Amino acid sequence: MNWEILGIWLGAMLTLCLYSFLYRDNPFYKFAEHLFVGMSAGYWVIYSIENVLKPNWWQQMFPEDGGFNWIWIIPGIFALFMLARIIPKIAGLSRMALGMIIGAGAGVNMVGFFQTNAMAQVKGTIISVSSGGAWDIISNIILVVGVITGLVYFFFSKAHTGIVGKTANVGITILMVAFGASFGYTIMARISLLIGRCQFLIFDWIPTIPRLLGIGG
Amino acid sequence: MASILEKLGNLDRRIIFVLIALSVIIPVTLKLIFPNPVGAEPSRDMYEYVDALPEGCDVLLSFDYGPSTMPELHPMAIALATHLMRKDINVVCMALWPEGASLAQEVMTSVGDSLGKVQYEDWCNLGYKTGGGIMIVRLGSSMNAVFPTDRDNLPWDEIPMLEYISDLTSFDLIITLSAGDPGVPAWVMMAGDRFGVPVGGGCTAVSAPQYYTYLQTGQMVGLLGGLKGAADYETLVGIENGQAIEGMAPQSIAHLVIMSFIIIGNLAYFSQKRKGGRG
Amino acid sequence: MRLILPLSITFITGMIMVLHFFVPHQPIKLLGDNLQEWYMIVASAAIFLGALNLMHVHFRKIKLKLKNWKYSPVTIIGFSVMFVTGLIYGVTEARPFDFLFMNMVAPMASTMFSLLAFFVASAAFRAFRASNWRATLLLTSAFIVMLGQVPIGAMIWDKIPLAKVWLMTIPNTAGQRAVMIGAAMGVVSTSLRMIFGIERSYLGGTD
Repeated sequence: MNWEILGIWLGAMLTLCLYSFLYRDNPFYKFAEHLFVGMSAGYWVIYSIENVLKPNWWQQMFPEDGGFNWIWIIPGIFALFMLARIIPKIAGLSRMALGMIIGAGAGVNMVGFFQTNAMAQVKGTIISVSSGGAWDIISNIILVVGVITGLVYFFFSKAHTGIVGKTANVGITILMVAFGASFGYTIMARISLLIGRCQFLIFDWIPTIPRLLGIGG
Repeated sequence: MASILEKLGNLDRRIIFVLIALSVIIPVTLKLIFPNPVGAEPSRDMYEYVDALPEGCDVLLSFDYGPSTMPELHPMAIALATHLMRKDINVVCMALWPEGASLAQEVMTSVGDSLGKVQYEDWCNLGYKTGGGIMIVRLGSSMNAVFPTDRDNLPWDEIPMLEYISDLTSFDLIITLSAGDPGVPAWVMMAGDRFGVPVGGGCTAVSAPQYYTYLQTGQMVGLLGGLKGAADYETLVGIENGQAIEGMAPQSIAHLVIMSFIIIGNLAYFSQKRKGGRG
Repeated sequence: MRLILPLSITFITGMIMVLHFFVPHQPIKLLGDNLQEWYMIVASAAIFLGALNLMHVHFRKIKLKLKNWKYSPVTIIGFSVMFVTGLIYGVTEARPFDFLFMNMVAPMASTMFSLLAFFVASAAFRAFRASNWRATLLLTSAFIVMLGQVPIGAMIWDKIPLAKVWLMTIPNTAGQRAVMIGAAMGVVSTSLRMIFGIERSYLGGTD
């Protein structure tokens, strides 16, 4: 048995173990599930060491040409603070690290989301509703009205009664169409993943069975 | 008829599972291929944008996905890498997801080898970094500061193709293959809108509908959504028997089966409702 | 003091990042650039914290013989094998770590998510009802997309893919944009509350 076939068989056996869950929960599924969690965690840790901590911290603190950059002690201390969470006596220190992560994240996201997901979207909705052919005009009106009424639906500071309620009703209709589209795409995504696994089992794994049994090529 | 519908309404879920499995296994086994026409889709916009790039320019290809979404995004990665390399465009790979670094290596090695491209001259894999959007902001001022070495710890200065790369604005296009967060929104926000670099990409079908807003505003140059997007790109690039094109027949049949389930479920529901109303 | 220090750090780091956007010049640039690099290191520590916690949970399960404890060694061994091979051989292609990833982790991750295909189909069969006109609209929209996304849609009627493109570009964009703008305003307000120390739940409990 060569490494390639061993790899295919490992993948196939684990795939079948996980699919056994479709019948009912069983030890094979539980085994694969637990193995998956452990190995994934191991993978993430190794990549964090190899691709982040080594080049972006250790090698910056101790450059190849010698010397010591003391400034890099600061993120190291914050990283240790983060790990302090597992020791109950000093778990409070992790708040410093969390403060840094949350603060930096909030600062970047606040301006980023405002610029990209709010302002640019508003700008994209300010379009001419009278240019182009009849179909373009209808489409543009639907787009503009859809965005405005959809926003009204999400505005909960005013009761959805009277004109606000009617506008919100138009909004929810547009949202239903959008959610339907999302549902259709979700079905597609899940089936695509299944197709990928079936292609692996049928085209990669099954052909190795006769090879192992010494039948055919 | 009503009793049949009632029985169907109470169908054991394992029967549904078997039918779904068969709807995929049979067309895959028979290698059914359906023609995949590409209309005025965002995938065509993506193809045309890449196709218009000049020879020798630099493109950043970010692998922001893991194996869980491989069947959708891996064929896209292969098709995009093939297109870029055929056009002699320099491809710099990186990953916002740790697994993406390994998947990038696999794609680039196989496509690169088949087209006679050399690692570090025509393509390179910088590997994975944590930080998502915040890290992208840093890439906007210095690539070298974030990637002092590549995935295999080769120093930045020793990679010839990176000689003229300083920050994100050195790239003519950023392509993200995104399975969620961090992914398309982070690149559009931090690279596209903040630094003005064109962003395009591919994503899972689940997240595609929400990114259509970025297409209408011009924040993205094109988008490959799910397996259909991948199949479109394979068709446009001319990859014969691509994994995504082969997947379109089982996808079609599985969709029809699920739609039939929904229709049967509704017929059973209305039949029961009518019965309840009479009683 | 237990709150003031972390809240001050949140305020300072948050403000640096906001100022870095509007004033990309020294000394804000230097502070912002350094903070962005440090962020990566601290975020990596969070991955370590997760892994340590995972090991702690499973060792505890074994020690106290909690439900399904017999599978906990599998997780611990899986983690250890990946960790040790990664440390010894590195992440380079075609080495043991890469072999384990491509042939074990990748197939398991793909399969785990592909299981959802079955459950989505089953759930759609049981719960997707055209009980009123809006639900019917949702269902119709889903059907147009499901047919328009695959070649069989065009085989049935060549206008279906066109209908899908229009549906995605106009009503879908309108709906998604309304959600997006609403969510963005939520992010902006929550971020402001965090930076100014009004929102403190992330620090855990009350003080």
